Amino acid sequence: MSENGVLCGTFFMNGDVACAEGAISAGCRFFAGYPITPATEVAERMSERLPYVGGVYVQMEDEIASMNAVLGASWTGRKAMTATSGPGFSLMMENLGLGVMLETPCVLANVQRAGPSTGLPTLVGQGDMMQARWGSHGSYEIIALVPSSPQEMFDLTITAFNLSERYRVPVLMMSDEAVGHMSEKVVIPQIAPEELVNRRRPHGGQEQYLPYKPDEDLIPPMAIVGEGYRFHVTGLTHDERGYPAMTAEAQDQLVRRLADKIRLNKKDIIRYEEVEVEDAEVIVCAYGISARIARLAVRQARAEGMRAGLLQLITVWPFAEDRIRELAQQVKAFVVPEINYGQIVLEVERCAAGKANTLLVAHMGGSVHDPQTILQAIKEAVR
Amino acid sequence: MTSTTKVEERTLDSLLRLDRLPHIWCPGCGIGPAVGCFIRAVEDSGLNPDKIALVSGIGCTGRVAGYVKLDSFHTTHGRALPFATGLNLGNPDLNVVVFSGDGDLLAIGGNHLIHAARRNMDMTIICLNNFNYGMTGGQMGPTTPLDARSNTSPYGNIEYPFNVPYLVAASGATYVARWTVLHARQLEWSIAEAMIKPGFSFIEVLGPCPTLYGRMNKQPKGMDTMHHYQEKSVVKNGADPKDVGITAEGPIVVGKFVDIERPTFWEQCKLVIDRAQAKKNE
Ligand SMILES: Cc1ncc(C[n+]2csc(CCOP(=O)(O)OP(=O)(O)O)c2C)c(N)n1
Ligand code: SF4
Ligand SMILES: [Mg+2]
Repeated sequence: MSENGVLCGTFFMNGDVACAEGAISAGCRFFAGYPITPATEVAERMSERLPYVGGVYVQMEDEIASMNAVLGASWTGRKAMTATSGPGFSLMMENLGLGVMLETPCVLANVQRAGPSTGLPTLVGQGDMMQARWGSHGSYEIIALVPSSPQEMFDLTITAFNLSERYRVPVLMMSDEAVGHMSEKVVIPQIAPEELVNRRRPHGGQEQYLPYKPDEDLIPPMAIVGEGYRFHVTGLTHDERGYPAMTAEAQDQLVRRLADKIRLNKKDIIRYEEVEVEDAEVIVCAYGISARIARLAVRQARAEGMRAGLLQLITVWPFAEDRIRELAQQVKAFVVPEINYGQIVLEVERCAAGKANTLLVAHMGGSVHDPQTILQAIKEAVR
Repeated sequence: MTSTTKVEERTLDSLLRLDRLPHIWCPGCGIGPAVGCFIRAVEDSGLNPDKIALVSGIGCTGRVAGYVKLDSFHTTHGRALPFATGLNLGNPDLNVVVFSGDGDLLAIGGNHLIHAARRNMDMTIICLNNFNYGMTGGQMGPTTPLDARSNTSPYGNIEYPFNVPYLVAASGATYVARWTVLHARQLEWSIAEAMIKPGFSFIEVLGPCPTLYGRMNKQPKGMDTMHHYQEKSVVKNGADPKDVGITAEGPIVVGKFVDIERPTFWEQCKLVIDRAQAKKNE
């Protein structure tokens, strides 16, 4: 451990713990949450580690409160996060929207379990992928990352904080029970200050400060509470002063900017990994734990002489549509294994439309795919 | 005399967003006078306005956040308290005030209210109770007196309302008071006192809603409700909160009911940080 209490070294830890450590390395010093399997270990680890590094852990009365406490803490300049699973994720939706509207940096980890409702509390699911995109009301864009290992739980939590500080938007870590609970080697490097992004602060005097006047990149600099700016923020549609503006014009200007600050920066945000796609005629498009299973299936397919490749999505939102459109020109089909009854496959289908086929390999949850079912789909697809 | 008045106006103005006036509230509404008391209380308290954060939920009262020249947050319905909790714990040097309506704080936000009181969060809550949901057009809520009319209790309210000070005191608040907007001086002092006092301070403020609740309950003008307050209110500082429940006929017991000491949540957090640091240095 380094002097300031931030971990450094090689460890054997589960994904949830790695997520908590990633947050601490990213500079997160506030956590508000409500226990829920399989995300509880994130909260437990934070309750132990945050006071150690001078941070604050608070266990709220529910997930609605947790989400709001995180937003409040972020406005004091702290990096803040919460962690939950399906039922709690649903409860957070209204105020995730408040985070989007107030442009409040924060991170929300969803360690997915199988639903709907209480479902299989202790077992894996990937059924919240569309909720991550559309769960709050209104039109908006969000950023969502999907880790597939404890190491990625660590690394991507840092990425999540960086993206949220950069774009002033809540960032979702769409993990799952399998990744959250599996223990593996996690290398925790010392993170240099320049690897961490901090929100842009107001430039210019307090008198001139307009809380929602964006810079050229569409992102407004952010004042923090208690510094004398005396700003007002509201969940109502607002103008650059942050004042309510109840017109279609103000709505158009604001909602467009909230979406465009993400859309126009897709290239900087979108992350994916490719395995043997160059000559592939079938590409498995997968994310999270399913991408790890898919890797086995792709390797087996290659061993059997099929030209198969893997596109592992690391960001699901914004969606890697340009890359999929490109690959659709080259492949016969995409195979999409998901632990749900078809969510991200709809996006793949949309991007591949008219160019390549799309095959869903649905698994309802409770366990991960048998690689054979993915291999079978690859075989069908090359035929 | 004239110059004194001018000075007072100027200081008040500096705490209001004059560029947002006129405000949205109806003539005779109790929210404006309550805001006036709050602004003067900030003056009285001697606190640095730069370090005050005001949080509101949603409702007619929820709009208060938009008119005060402080760092101010207009959040979602019922969620002012947990948002304020994040502000307080993120920066314990802030003076956090929550200004919101009865429906916001006691119905949809009721769970947050009892838990924030239980933790003794260091903040001041000003709850404007107009006995109904003003913003959505005058429906009944958890403070609507028994038998009162509203747009969702057209046959008379069949629900028993909360005795708000009793609820909040039982949950752990260390300062509990109730005033009406008629008691402008007392309310102003009470708010100042509450803001200076560490811990969870709760002030219930009764204010007229002539447009909706008043119109439906034989008090069509703000002044009618003010007369009702004048007739029915009894000042009883130190009254047992269990005895201060409100009925449509009155009496309305007002005063400071609770003023006790208990460690705040932030003080408890510091204990945890100290213990963790001690472990680090072992
Ligand atoms: C989640 C949610 N549900 C319902 C509403 C609609 N709504 C807006 S204000 C309000 C009631 C406000 O009543 P109160 O807090 O007493 O404030 P008042 O308007 O009386 O000052 C309701 C139900 C909302 N904004 N959000
Ligand atoms: S509806 Fe009632 S509470 Fe709302 S502004 Fe009018 S008088 Fe006030
Ligand atoms: Mg009300």
